[in-house]
Parts: sequence; structure tokens; C-alpha cells
Amino acid sequence: MEAASIPGGGERSILGRSPLARFPDRALKYGLTVLAGLILALIVYFFFRLVGEAKPAFAKFGVLGFTFDNDWNVNAEQFGALPLVVGTLITSGLALLMGVPVAVATAVYVTELSPRRVRGPITVLIELLAAVPSVVYGLWGIFFLAPKLQPAEQWVADRLSFVPFIGGGIATIPNYFVTGLVLAIMILPIVSALSREVMATVPLDHKEAALGLGATRWEMIRIAVLPYCRSGIVGGAMLGLGRAIGETIAVTILIGDAPQLGGHLFGQGYSLAASIANEFGEAQGLHRSALFAAALVLFVLTLLVNGVARTFVLRAAKPGSSKPIEGAAQAADAADAAAGA
Amino acid sequence: MNAQTPSSEKLARFNVSPARRRRDRIARGTILAATVLALIPLLLIVYYLLSKGLSSWSPSFFTTDPTGNTFFKSSSIGGIKSAIFGTIEMVALASVIAVPIGVGVAVWLVEYGKNSWFAQLVRFFIDVLTGVPSIVFGLFIYIVLIVGTGSSFAGYKGALALSLLMLPVVTRSAEVILLLVPGALRESALALGAPRWRVIFSIVLPTALPGMVTGVLLAVARAAGETAPLLFTAAAAKATSFNLGGFMNSLPVQIYSDVTSPTTAVVNRAWGAALTLVVMILLLNLIARLIARRSRLA
Repeated sequence: MEAASIPGGGERSILGRSPLARFPDRALKYGLTVLAGLILALIVYFFFRLVGEAKPAFAKFGVLGFTFDNDWNVNAEQFGALPLVVGTLITSGLALLMGVPVAVATAVYVTELSPRRVRGPITVLIELLAAVPSVVYGLWGIFFLAPKLQPAEQWVADRLSFVPFIGGGIATIPNYFVTGLVLAIMILPIVSALSREVMATVPLDHKEAALGLGATRWEMIRIAVLPYCRSGIVGGAMLGLGRAIGETIAVTILIGDAPQLGGHLFGQGYSLAASIANEFGEAQGLHRSALFAAALVLFVLTLLVNGVARTFVLRAAKPGSSKPIEGAAQAADAADAAAGA
Repeated sequence: MNAQTPSSEKLARFNVSPARRRRDRIARGTILAATVLALIPLLLIVYYLLSKGLSSWSPSFFTTDPTGNTFFKSSSIGGIKSAIFGTIEMVALASVIAVPIGVGVAVWLVEYGKNSWFAQLVRFFIDVLTGVPSIVFGLFIYIVLIVGTGSSFAGYKGALALSLLMLPVVTRSAEVILLLVPGALRESALALGAPRWRVIFSIVLPTALPGMVTGVLLAVARAAGETAPLLFTAAAAKATSFNLGGFMNSLPVQIYSDVTSPTTAVVNRAWGAALTLVVMILLLNLIARLIARRSRLA
């Protein structure tokens, strides 16, 4: 209609637009495509610049030597990041160990056991944990949690003195355990949200079949719900692990910043992210390059963990329709968005 | 019926052996206990923030800059005015950068890219960005804008680091919302002769707006609480500054530097600043949730 009313439309089809009228469409399409491409280019560019800055350290100590040598000595210009890597792995491992069972339990409670009335409030309260900024977790951990726990930690260390790594030592206020505990609290919302999303996709038939065969509530959860959700829960736990590995400020405040391999659970240690936050301000030359190398190791580590996590989350969504994929991914994004980490 | 119900219930109970019933009760009790356990940290954090933070709040706490003086009484160490303004300025600039780009990429993914290999690649890279530790974003900006240009820390560099952090959150949440816009709406507009760009700007975006605002506010809340990307990009300053080209203070960085102080008054300022920051972030979260509830999509 519009086209027909324009005089001199000539040979153009009635539905066609003039080149001028088509211009905004083309511009928008190509503009947005270029924008998306620029983001890719930017990330690749950042990555190569990071590799470039880290090169002197890798050249001096070798990639494997840098990552696995146990010697981080700033004054002697010796940089082997093993204490940092191990500290990162210990604290995030502890976070998984303590955080995931609790997060899964909250998800089970909310989806299967709780009265309808408390479902919403519990979900919101757990999600609020993600809104607390990481520096506030650090502040709370170092001035409240760590001093309160120290006597109990010392008691455990004394009682279990025969157990390697746990017993024997002297419990200091900043230590691996408190760091792991605070990280566990910080990853709780994302693991819980993902588990909840996946549990909501368990077909009612499966649950009713279990109950119909005479299973108790717990047996129904064990037989029908948990196996169905296994990959989703593993995926959520891996996303939580990625979060814990990359966490910087809370860890820097709580871990004690001691650049050696911590001998026991309640002693001070160091992590990759903490070393950067702590030392980068004064770092020069090789030291600075070593910190860039530490950032690269951290980057690759989180990339691997997140890659594995995404695979598991997507696999979790497969048995059902296509909807769970969106649901799970959406939950991950919501938790990401809310996280002050 | 009435007579039958109790007896059948009794029968059902009878079939479950005491051991299984006990195990059921123990498992349900453990799950409930773990859920309660998960809520305890939040209560403790809120309680300590309120009890410690409120006592350091005062009119002068919000209207004076930190003096850098840490050896005397609380009256001489100053407040957190520069930190509040710095956080607001940098987060505002970060949003101005990240929101149009993030929404633009989301529109491209939904309207043009769809499931092409290039769109999948873009999605993969956005996912990668989501997982990058926040301190690494700070180092990216440091390498490019501070090593690269030979200049010093600046507020806008901090804002750029924050915008990198917000970008994947904005994009992913906007994409999820845009996918929910019914295809029939687009088709009706196209059938009436509207060009694609008008469909996007007059139909798709307005329909998705409330949902996207939620995602944006959550991203803003996340950026406001970040310390690590600002440490080596905007650094810290004492004085209130409205010049994004200069050093700039922010609430998280102020808290981080106060935590390590041996002086009680300075640590108390950290509690006050933490309470301020948490209140700001919770308000953003609350508004986001209210808007999400109003939204017709999702």
C-alpha cells in the first residue's frame, strides 16, 4: 500500500522498499554484527596481551617450572607458583566439600519437602547471600568468624594431631579453613539455584512411580530425584568451583598471605588471586611479569573448570525437553548476576 | 469413606518397616538442618553489619572525605563521602558503556545471529567472559590502558573494567528476555509493513524492557560490590572527585584498605562503609525484583 502510493515507484515490486528505506535495516544488522565481532576480537586481544606480559616469567622459569615449583620468593626474584596454585585448590576444594552438600540439601528441601509457604522466603534469603559483596565477606570473616572459630580449630588440631594436614599445628586467625568456609557460603547461592532448577525438571511420573511402589519420601528423593539431577548438580558444583577459584578479595583478607606451602589446614597460605591483589601494586620487572603469569594460570584454570561445568549443565538438561536448558542456563545467569563475587 | 480412610492410612504406615521409617525421618531432619544451617550466615552477617555499621553512621560520616589520618580519634579519620561518589560515578559510567553494548549484542543474537556458527561462537565467548575472575578484568585494563598508554590510574579505567564485568551478565539476561518476546508480535508488525529496525525498536525492545531492566539492575548491583577490578585501574583517592580522568575512591576499595588497619576507628569506618554498600546493593536488588514481578514476560 505504502509503496504503491509513492509516485514514480516504477519497476519496484509493490512490497519492495527503496534502497534509502532499506538503509537503516542494513545499518542495524551490520552494525550489530560488527559489535558482536568486536567483543570476540577484544577478548582474544586481551588474552594475547596477557600472554605477552607473562612471557618474561615463563621464559625464565618455564611454563611448568613456574606453575609447579615450590618457591615464591619476591626478594630473591624466584617465582614458582606451586604454593599459590595449591592454596587456590585447597580453599576452593574445601568450599566445594562444605558448600555443595548444604546447597543440594536446601534445593531438595525447597523443591520436595518444604511447606509451600516457606518456599519463596527461603529461596530469596539464599539468593540474598549472593548480593553481599566479596569485600564484606572478607571483613565479616576476619573480624567475626575467624576469631570465633579459632578455639574450636585449635581443639580439633590438638585432638586430631595424628592426622596429617589437619592435626598438630597452631591455629592462626587467617587460615585455609576459614577461607574455605567463607568461600562455601559465597558459592552456596549459585549451586543451590542450579540444583533447584534441575530438580524442578524431574518428571512427576518418576516421583509418583517411586511413591506408588511404597517408597518413603527420602527413598523417593534418593531413587527418583537425585540420580536424575546428578549431572545438573555436578555442573552447578563446577560453576561454584570456578567462582571459588577466581574469588579474590575475600580470600586475600582471610588466607593470611603467607607465600609458602601451608603445612596444615588451620595455618596461613596464599592463592593465585590473592598474590595478585596483594603484590601487584608494588611489583616491578620480573615480579610483575610473574604476577601476570599467575593471572594467566588462574584464567586458564577457571576456563577449564567452567568449560566442564557448562558441559555438565547442558547434559543435565538433555533428558527432558528443550525447556530445562533455558531454565538451567537462566538460573546460572541469575545467580551470576546476583553474585557480588 | 470416612470409616475407610483411617484404616487405609494405618495399613500404609504398617507396610513401612520401622528401620525405613527411621531412616526417612533422619534424612528429612538432616535436610531441614542443612537448610537452616545455610540461612545462619546471612543472619550473622546482617546482624554484625547492623550492630557495627550503624554505630559508625553519623551525618559527618557521609559528608566528609577520609583524611588518611589513622592514629587519632574517630573524629579525625574522616568519612566516606568520596567513596560513595566514586562508586556511583564509576558504576554509572560502566552502565552507560555496558548496557547499550550488552543489549545490542543480545538483540543481534536473538534477531539476526540465531543459531549460526558465529552466534554460537559469540555465546561461547560471552560464557567465557562470565567465568573470568574479576581481578583478571582489572589486569586486562591495566595492560591496555596503563602499561599501553604509559598513563596513570583513572576513574574511567576502573569504569571500563567494571563494564567488562557487567557485559556478559547484561547480554545473557537480555537474550533470555528477548527470546520470550512472542514471535507473533514480530510477525504482526512485519505483516503491517514495518521494517526490521522498527520492529526491533518499537515492538521487541519495549516489550522486553521491564525484564531487561531487572537484568541490568542485577549487573549494576554486582559491579557496585566489586573491589578487585578497581584496585589497579582506579586505585584509591582520599578527596571527592568528579573528574573521571583522575584517581578515584570507591566503597569496596575503601573497605579493603580499612580492613588491614590496626586502628579500631578505621576498622569501624570499614563496617559503616560496608553497611552503606550493602544497603545500596540490596536496594538495587529489591527494585530489580519488583520490576521483574511487574514484567509481563517471564
